[in-house]
Amino acid sequence: MFKLSKLDLTYGDKNVLSDISLSIQPGEVVALVGESGCGKSTLMAHLRSLKPKQVAWCPQQNGLVPALSVFHNIYAGTLDTHNTLYNLRTLVWPSVAELNKVAKIADKLALSKQLKISVDQLSGGQQQRVNIARAMIQSRPVFLGDEPVSALDEYQGPSIMRTIIAEHETCVFALHDLDLALSCCRRIIGIGNHNGIGRILFDTNAEDIRDQQLAQIYHHHPAPGHTKEHA
Amino acid sequence: MSLKTAKAANPSRFHTSARAMWQSSLWLLLATLICMPFFDHELTHTDPAHELKAMAWGLLHANFFIEGIIEALLNTLAFALQAVFASSLIGLALAQIYHWPGLRQLMAFLRSIHELFWALILLQLFGLSPLTGVLALAIPYSATFARVFAEILQETPKQVYRQLPGTHINRFIYSTLPLAWPRLATYTRYRLECALRASVVLGFIGLPTLGFQLEGYLKLGRYSEVAALILVFIALVLSMRWWSLRPILVPLFLASLVLFPPTLTEDSHWQPQRLTQFFHDIVPAPLKLDGAQQNWTALYHWFEPLWHTQILPGIGHTLVLGQIALALAAFLALLWFPLISKHCVNTPWLRYPGDLFLVILRCLPELLLAFIGLIILGPSLLPGVLAIGLHNGALLAHLLGRHSNEFTLRNDINQGAGAYFFEVLPRIYGQFLAFTLYRGETILRETAILGILGIPTLGFFIDSAFEEFRLDRAVMLILVSAAINIIAESLATRLRHYLHRAQAHSTNV
Repeated sequence: MFKLSKLDLTYGDKNVLSDISLSIQPGEVVALVGESGCGKSTLMAHLRSLKPKQVAWCPQQNGLVPALSVFHNIYAGTLDTHNTLYNLRTLVWPSVAELNKVAKIADKLALSKQLKISVDQLSGGQQQRVNIARAMIQSRPVFLGDEPVSALDEYQGPSIMRTIIAEHETCVFALHDLDLALSCCRRIIGIGNHNGIGRILFDTNAEDIRDQQLAQIYHHHPAPGHTKEHA
Repeated sequence: MSLKTAKAANPSRFHTSARAMWQSSLWLLLATLICMPFFDHELTHTDPAHELKAMAWGLLHANFFIEGIIEALLNTLAFALQAVFASSLIGLALAQIYHWPGLRQLMAFLRSIHELFWALILLQLFGLSPLTGVLALAIPYSATFARVFAEILQETPKQVYRQLPGTHINRFIYSTLPLAWPRLATYTRYRLECALRASVVLGFIGLPTLGFQLEGYLKLGRYSEVAALILVFIALVLSMRWWSLRPILVPLFLASLVLFPPTLTEDSHWQPQRLTQFFHDIVPAPLKLDGAQQNWTALYHWFEPLWHTQILPGIGHTLVLGQIALALAAFLALLWFPLISKHCVNTPWLRYPGDLFLVILRCLPELLLAFIGLIILGPSLLPGVLAIGLHNGALLAHLLGRHSNEFTLRNDINQGAGAYFFEVLPRIYGQFLAFTLYRGETILRETAILGILGIPTLGFFIDSAFEEFRLDRAVMLILVSAAINIIAESLATRLRHYLHRAQAHSTNV
């Protein structure tokens, strides 16, 4: 599905990543881990640009319109599947069919009660779930999520992650939370700063990961017991 | 010499960010002083008190039982509603394509011709019908909306827009439009108030709005009726807070379409030949002669006396009066804004009388104030300057007062004149200059219009040319006034950018 070979990536005029080679097959659930600022978002944006029509994109900044309701913000993910007149009509007077369709997605993310409330009245965690819903409603084969559950607590976060993985064939997440990555994803790609520029430091399955590998990307020893009990 | 070395070399001089501001002010003052010798403010009327007493009596004994007042009021409202509705939609559409080459310049050109001049042109085509009135407002307003909406949309964050799928229109209505809606709506409401005023002014050339009645009764000296009409109009504008920007606006607009449709009347005798006849008439006379006689000297002989007797004096008077009116408005703004500023008048209810005073002054159209001024003071150049100065001074004072209420001062500062000069004035002065420059272009346009009343600005010669059916002269003069407005707008914008950059740069130092 995605194949990169010795690629250099820039952000603006800054060289962020160097010598990136990886290959992602359909059906994989991959986590990109690394400290903030190491270049995960840049890599995710590049992956999106390779197959824009097949990717459900869930970026780090919630691109939501505060004045519009949760329903409208979620519906906006499907704008390209309807004609302009229908979209305009849905903005002013949504049909029952459309409301039901969005309600099904909202239900999976525990947003059913907030469907008709404007986004600016929601908490940060709720807004993030709206962001995920907008990506999910597109029903595309690949889900690219850049810190998708960073504002959710330690119970809801993994639960929502599992919902996302169940709905999409292929998933790539950029995460800084190691526990989440190890518990939800089958393959971990570590990105870190090596000689002043970001590189892929390791690319293994979750159960084979070693403490030394994790220490490479975080400049401290992780708590012992990270690697042994994750199946 | 860079700023740092200049400071080191001459530590006794001030190096402040206020320098750009007071330098600009000095230039404006200098321009005003240059204009003063050309300003003939000699009063010919020797007894203004008599007229003032008659007007005061009329105000106290206002007579609202005027035949046709309801219809005139509804016509005024209908013209304004229909024009603003149409032009805001057109402006929003044009704002999407504002980057097309040449569109910006075309909009500037359409905007630079005053609504009254558009009405005079359209009168030749469509006669005294509602279509004339609505089009005369809608054409320049579409251009104005296009520019302002384009600026607002440009400043709206595009993050959401970039993330949504679909065509431009779909993404626009689900992201940028709801984000920008409050600013778009506020500006549309402001334009609607301007449209009401412009609608009244259209009555001065015969269209069936309140202005028509006002002009008639003013000429007859029937001040009771005049007072009633003015009070009705003020009530209409003040009532806007209850029906503009509320859902009732849409049914109101639809009702106006049904009851006062913007169509031609039976006596306008419209035929498509009128249009071709019009375009034939506006070509300068020497160019319409047969081939052998058609040459440049004939054109020059047609143009040259026009230049000396009409264009040059018209431009001169417009610029002189405009500059002095601008200076007067700026001075009054600084004088009056403390009336509604919470830093100068502490108790809230004491600010209401000042607010009401400013509201009334900026409610009334400048042309109406000038007319009244001419009656009181007699034919001279002064009433026009006073009318425009007072109206815009009140508007600027209102904007300035509201701006000054947005920041809070420490509560240990001294009250009175000290507070005004050292705390309040320096903080608002940058915005004051920006408002004044923004308003300066409008003032210049309104000064040209004063000619309708007999004051020798460009409008006077334009009106005379229309009355004599010399359409080629009329259109030529309108183009001259448009050119002046375009130049003035461009100068004002540049000066605003310069001041903005100077202030922004200073905070980085």
